[in-house]
Amino acid sequence: MQRRQFLIGSGLAAAAPLLAGTSLSTPALAQGGQITGAGATFPNPVYQKWAEAGRAATGLTVNYQSVGSGAGINQIKNRTVDFGASDAPLTVPQLEEASLLQFPAVMGSLVAIVNIPGIENEQLKLTGEVLADIYLGKITKWNDARITEMNAGLTLPNLAIAPAYRADGSGTTFVWVSYLAAVSPEWKQKVGVGTSVRFPAGTGARGNEGVAGTVKNIRGAIGYVENAYAISNKLVTTQLRNKAGQFVKPTHEAFIAAATNADWTTPGMAASLIDQAGATSWPIVSPTFILLPKNPSDAERSRNVMKFFDWAFKNGATLAQELEYIPLPAPVQEAIRTAWKAEVKANGQPVWNG
Amino acid sequence: MQQATTFPTAAAKPARRGGADLGDAIFSGACHVAGALVLLLLGGIIVELFLGGLPAFRAFGLPFIWSTEWDPVTEVFGAGVSIYGTVVTAVLAIIIAVPVAFGVAFTLTELAPPWLRRPVGTAVELLAAVPSIIYGMWGFFLVAPIMAQYVQPALIDSLGELPGIGVLFQGPPFGTGILTAALILAIMILPFIAATMRDVFEQVPPVFKESAYGLGATTWEVMKGVVLPYTRVSVAGGVMLGLGRALGETMAVTFVIGNANRITTTLFGPGNTIASVVALEFGESETGSLKLSALLALGFILFVLSFIVLATSRYLLRSRLKV
Repeated sequence: MQRRQFLIGSGLAAAAPLLAGTSLSTPALAQGGQITGAGATFPNPVYQKWAEAGRAATGLTVNYQSVGSGAGINQIKNRTVDFGASDAPLTVPQLEEASLLQFPAVMGSLVAIVNIPGIENEQLKLTGEVLADIYLGKITKWNDARITEMNAGLTLPNLAIAPAYRADGSGTTFVWVSYLAAVSPEWKQKVGVGTSVRFPAGTGARGNEGVAGTVKNIRGAIGYVENAYAISNKLVTTQLRNKAGQFVKPTHEAFIAAATNADWTTPGMAASLIDQAGATSWPIVSPTFILLPKNPSDAERSRNVMKFFDWAFKNGATLAQELEYIPLPAPVQEAIRTAWKAEVKANGQPVWNG
Repeated sequence: MQQATTFPTAAAKPARRGGADLGDAIFSGACHVAGALVLLLLGGIIVELFLGGLPAFRAFGLPFIWSTEWDPVTEVFGAGVSIYGTVVTAVLAIIIAVPVAFGVAFTLTELAPPWLRRPVGTAVELLAAVPSIIYGMWGFFLVAPIMAQYVQPALIDSLGELPGIGVLFQGPPFGTGILTAALILAIMILPFIAATMRDVFEQVPPVFKESAYGLGATTWEVMKGVVLPYTRVSVAGGVMLGLGRALGETMAVTFVIGNANRITTTLFGPGNTIASVVALEFGESETGSLKLSALLALGFILFVLSFIVLATSRYLLRSRLKV
């Protein structure tokens, strides 16, 4: 492990001067500065976009490596990067042990995708309980009474359900099984929650593209992917019933409704946006988190990380929405800035002075 | 023998210049270091894998090897499913690949006209040069749908009804699964086995074959009665070489095996192999966690498995390697 991190770390170190060299030609970059981050793959597109768009305004070169949440946590614990990124929040004891500050950066949503002959996009209605029983292997046919009764207008074939899941450990799986555990006590007890779990039924595939490909290949398959991926690949998604008992379509309004209804005051800012109240809330929305050392060895780099995310919160909302992510509500952004000031200190002085 | 006669001329060159001794010493030292480096690396990898896996071996004891439990949530890990998947896919791949490889080698050495031997031989060897990720994508996007739509339903309707072996061919036709993985693996190891077989077939002294032909034997009788008995140990060595490749293959298998930590009776069911589990789970394992240790322990087991198979292969092929 040590060796692997060393290699990645030295790779970053070697890349940094190169990047700096290429950016010298731009006059706007007078203040310069590089920051490195590593972790979650799920928010990678938006972090890259922010890094690119923010370079002119902040003068910062952000080198983000989407190596997976687990590897990102390892790297920030060993302080080989300036910030880590994780889809699954760390617990408060974990944060304290590694002396890390955790804050959300952006939110994303998951959708269910299906391949049933004759079923169009956003037509099929499903509930969390039914999804859990499908993934538990208890509902095995698409014309099961529990599915047909809420889909009165649709003709569902006598076709075996083939659940597909992410075989690689991933934040996407973490969010999906968090939802299943929230709505199904049996799932919570038998399977539980994690970035990879022991799925009782179905077949695993690698990455979003693997799950989407499996669903495309197999008639009767169901899978889960990030909404951004479903939209860009025009996959057949479903409606879901939320906590208020309403069937909702996976639209931007439904995602934002979930975000505004969430309770952000939990310790470690680990708000759960799973199965939120509200008549229009989409039930599977999740924030993704940034991990920042509370005792940075290099205050300048730590300040640059905050500067970057401060810029992203202020100016990156449209970019995030274009990529089908959901920006944080303004009060949450303010709470994050307060936390920066109060908790990240070098030599007793707050690092953030914005 | 020719080399032996030229050797004295080389030695009779003018006396060495001064300073060459130092160059020789440096060169010899560098060569020794390079040789020792390989041993050190190999030893280092084994030791590090074992030490990394030690917490998992300690936590679960010997049952780790056959336990089929793999639950990252409750942190209970067992290697049973992965070992089963690794061995079953590799053995199935051998069963599929060996007859084809034999056919290829037989054609190339006995049947094909000489002008055809070289292009076909090169084509078979080129199969070995295709990167495994390509096989994986090809398997996932092309072979798996064909398996799901045509091959598996046909097998389920025919063989699936038979008593006994029927259980191997039942269940939903996912397309991916143990059988598809074995099929892709078979294609990947085919060139290694075929090339070994061709080489050893060619080493049968012509006088043996000509004697058999002289007695009126057919081509097949010569193959069965002379070539195969003469080369059988080396052929087995070539098969073991293929088996060693199949055990450690990662990317291609990951794409098509279905990645489920369960043992299913049907060949269409999803499974997992050691290499595939390690590749999939590594990114989400934290330093010091039991999961990481279990993955390293899996790596150690795979190392030992491959080592045994490849050592056997070297042992069986030793006569050929000396020639």
